[in-house]
Amino acid sequence: MAAFQEGFYRTFINNNYYKVFLDGFRATITIAVFAVLIGVSIGIILAVIKVYNHRTGKMKIARLFAELYVTVFRGTPVIVQLMILYYLVLIDIKSGVIVAVIGFGLNSGAYVAEIVRAGIMSIDTGQTEAGRSLGLTELMTMRYIIMPQAIKNTLPALFNEFITLLKETSVAGYITVIDLTKAADLVRSRTYQAFFPLISVALVYLIMVVGLTALQGVMERKLQKSDRR
Amino acid sequence: MIDVKNLSKSFNGVTVLNAVSAHVNIREKIVVVGPSGSGKSTFLRCLNLLETPDEGEIRFDGELITAPRYDMNKLRQKMGMVFQHFNLFPHLTVLDNISLAPRKLGLMDAAAAEKRAKELLEQVGLADKAKEYPNMLSGGQKQRIAIVRSLAMNPRVMLFDEPTSALDPEMVGEVLSVMKKLADDGMTMVIVTHEMGFAREVGTRVLFMDEGSILEEAPPEVFFDNPKNPRLRDFLSKVL
Repeated sequence: MAAFQEGFYRTFINNNYYKVFLDGFRATITIAVFAVLIGVSIGIILAVIKVYNHRTGKMKIARLFAELYVTVFRGTPVIVQLMILYYLVLIDIKSGVIVAVIGFGLNSGAYVAEIVRAGIMSIDTGQTEAGRSLGLTELMTMRYIIMPQAIKNTLPALFNEFITLLKETSVAGYITVIDLTKAADLVRSRTYQAFFPLISVALVYLIMVVGLTALQGVMERKLQKSDRR
Repeated sequence: MIDVKNLSKSFNGVTVLNAVSAHVNIREKIVVVGPSGSGKSTFLRCLNLLETPDEGEIRFDGELITAPRYDMNKLRQKMGMVFQHFNLFPHLTVLDNISLAPRKLGLMDAAAAEKRAKELLEQVGLADKAKEYPNMLSGGQKQRIAIVRSLAMNPRVMLFDEPTSALDPEMVGEVLSVMKKLADDGMTMVIVTHEMGFAREVGTRVLFMDEGSILEEAPPEVFFDNPKNPRLRDFLSKVL
């Protein structure tokens, strides 16, 4: 028991190491939240381009770009993408967190694009026809009629992606970010205590994922109001 | 009001409309009948450009709507359409289904659109359903709401694409009576249907289509009691 207390003290209290964990936690949350926002935005735009081209044959060049985008970002490891961004492309941005936000956002966009595309395709074309026959523009029909139904249908897949993204931010240490995982690693290497740093960050990830899952449940129940028969 | 000249349309090499010409006058109720696959739905869907004609011209109030770059959204605001499968928006309440387009197109503010939607619901006897979602309604109720949704745009013409074909028999009457009332109020209507009784009672002119052409066109009395085209006679002998 004394050894246990000693380990806890050296990991969190001594040298104010708990602050390292808190900063790491903050970095992880920042990267995950902003990357999700970027990813969803990019994903929706790419999905709409692909579906629009599929149905009308227009915007061919945009579709080719969308396809290239998805191929590249799904086809290479996210760590490699991050390092290319940090060491080759965005060399003027010194903040690893900002590069990580951009990198994870771009990467997630490719996955979200495919999820949302499947969601849009699952909506009956009669919905589009009804919207357009009322005089709504293509964009209004997409925004007010198709997208709300598509997002609802793809909520489980989207949350899958969010959860994966949250956990994948743990490789941000490769580009000098001190995220939650890197914080644990730093403290471990200084205290020679592995148990507390690793187990505690594992628990923190788990709690965050459980929280996301709960949020998914709330959103699903809210959106399923219209399903009651 | 609507003038169609030599309209042709084919899908993947199959000709669905073959140089169709027709005219719709204001306050007329044109009923289009014919066997399935005769092109009557495609004809109707060309009128509000849900299908793009391959050849031919359509004029609405003298304006050439088949011209390239014609503002089809403006046109569709003036032409309501009711579909066989209702196509209500399942994620919106009945009230929002009706008020969405007038609101988003800036024709009415939210309060006015809601008020108008409630008035229209009252007229079709569904005022108590305003806050419900489409999934909770019967087919007949859904179709009455779909009609009201189109009417909320104050259209000048209403297009009906087999509005009762997907309904259980006992619900056909409630939808037809709404349509009849609309006709009595002076709405210009083009109706594709298999309801011959309705065609006879409400139609001012009945068109018979087969294999992408209009083969006969006459007032209902003549159309049903004295058909000239042999294929129409054959068709009527099967459906009447």
